[in-house]
Amino acid sequence: MPSLPTIEKDVERHARNAPDGGAFDAPADVHEAAIADYVQRLGDDSLILGQRLSEWCGHAPVLEVDLSLANIALDLIGQATNFLSIAGDADRLAFHRDVLDWKNCWLVEQPNGDFARTMARQFLFSTWQHMLLQRLAESTHEGIAAVAAKAVKEVAYHRELAADWVVRLGDGTDESARRMADGLEWCWRFVPELFEVDETLAGLIERGVAADPRDFADDYRAAIAATLAEANLGQPADQRPILGGRRGHHSEHLGHLLAIMQYLPRTYPQATW
Amino acid sequence: MYTTEMSKTVKPIEVAEDPALVEAFEARVAADEFIEPKDWMPDAYRKTLVRQISQHAHSEIVGMLPEGNWITRAPSLRRKAILLAKVQDEAGHGLYLYCAAETLGTSREQMIDALHSGKAKYSTIFNYPTLTWADIGAIGWLVDGAAIMNQVPLQRTSYGPYARAMVRVCKEESFHQRQGYEIMIALANGTPEQRRMAQDALNRWWWPSLMMFGPPDDNSPNTERSMRWRIKRETNDELRQKFVDITKPQADYLGLTIPDAALAWNEEKGGHDYGEIDWEEFYAVVRGEGPVARERMEARRKAWDDGAWVRDAAAAHEAKRQAKAAA
Repeated sequence: MPSLPTIEKDVERHARNAPDGGAFDAPADVHEAAIADYVQRLGDDSLILGQRLSEWCGHAPVLEVDLSLANIALDLIGQATNFLSIAGDADRLAFHRDVLDWKNCWLVEQPNGDFARTMARQFLFSTWQHMLLQRLAESTHEGIAAVAAKAVKEVAYHRELAADWVVRLGDGTDESARRMADGLEWCWRFVPELFEVDETLAGLIERGVAADPRDFADDYRAAIAATLAEANLGQPADQRPILGGRRGHHSEHLGHLLAIMQYLPRTYPQATW
Repeated sequence: MYTTEMSKTVKPIEVAEDPALVEAFEARVAADEFIEPKDWMPDAYRKTLVRQISQHAHSEIVGMLPEGNWITRAPSLRRKAILLAKVQDEAGHGLYLYCAAETLGTSREQMIDALHSGKAKYSTIFNYPTLTWADIGAIGWLVDGAAIMNQVPLQRTSYGPYARAMVRVCKEESFHQRQGYEIMIALANGTPEQRRMAQDALNRWWWPSLMMFGPPDDNSPNTERSMRWRIKRETNDELRQKFVDITKPQADYLGLTIPDAALAWNEEKGGHDYGEIDWEEFYAVVRGEGPVARERMEARRKAWDDGAWVRDAAAAHEAKRQAKAAA
């Protein structure tokens, strides 16, 4: 058995003062990679959903809705910029990654469909994102905590707005109730992915960098159930979960979305805008 | 965005009105007093304002489409965010303006019906397509620039609610204009492909922007009365001249060429001479024959029709809520 190296005094002191004092930990570059991966998950969720909401511009049922969808999209693009900037050059990441390197969940890349489907997607995502960001505001990673603290206020509004529409449509006319139920049913199979914890995420949760979504899974279910009850809507039957977005395995929709979003920077790679 | 008196077919409605009331009204206007919603006003004044303000509101709404066309394709996150913020401002301007028009006794539903049936006009400029990213810069620079030129004097227009809406609109509009010009600066200083895009956008948007000021003064039947009633503060040609004089040096700074061989500084008049506007094209676009006029109206009507069930649901839910609250 090889002898262990001598532990110098300053190394000991450093170890005592380290934020994760005492725990066996991976080398710094592994952490950096995990953090970069995590902020891309957070940023990609926001960016892809912001992109989807932008497609509504000028086509919403009423002017006030056009305004609120653009408003939410703008918040999400801002969050994406902030999260991706932690990992590096946000524009580089937004415009020069292909499908396999995108880490957003399946829910946010779903096409807009009708207004009910858009609101179902928003309601299921924003409720989750709000609970997550509340916890991430306490992250041991200062940058993540700061971005989350700003974003959580915006997402509280998104969540409320979406829940209001779920109630309005669910408890509106027969047609709107049918469409709302269909929208929820469509999105339901993508919810489990929001609570998936893989190895990267587990490591970050352990160090207090990431929030553990399983901690608020019950709260989430209760919040969704409460709004659905107010909307006179039943909860969709559970479906086989669709997973893979966090590992770059997406639906067929993402490639098309990226083709549109990225075409200019890819066509003119030398240009600055 | 913007509106001006575009229709030359509107006949002035001459209704016998109490001359004493008309005289008192004109005296107030001449003294630069604001007319408020509950004040007496000539019927023709009310009708002209409803037409102009609603046309202005419709322009804001239809104007979301050419720019909305590029939100999903904006080339950087910053540009995307700016464009989203701008389109939101425009929806907000539409809301202020519909509210201002409603103080004159019309309703948003009536105004929207008039737009969708083709009865109401909106600015001719939005019937031109946005082909490249540079068009978004050119729209900010030229189209919003022309809008500001028209709207700054409207902050002193005689109808109080319209004037106050213009104060708020102008602040945001001048911000948009600067952002648009900044896009042009980036392109003009960019790669050869970017410069080509910028020049091409200027070539396509220059004349339509000049047309935004409306027909020439000698062919603008409502101008005289609108000036007397201080609905308008400056004539179409005066505003157009100002726009040319301010914009020419901005084009020079970009190193871009304005597509007008006749454009030259005239020392004597202290302004630029410029070439003849293609009025045949202008009137064709006013008639709804612009390159993408049909697409714009189809998009608006489709949004409205597809959204009917959502509006019905909101109304039904509100009725249930109120019934519950009353019980």
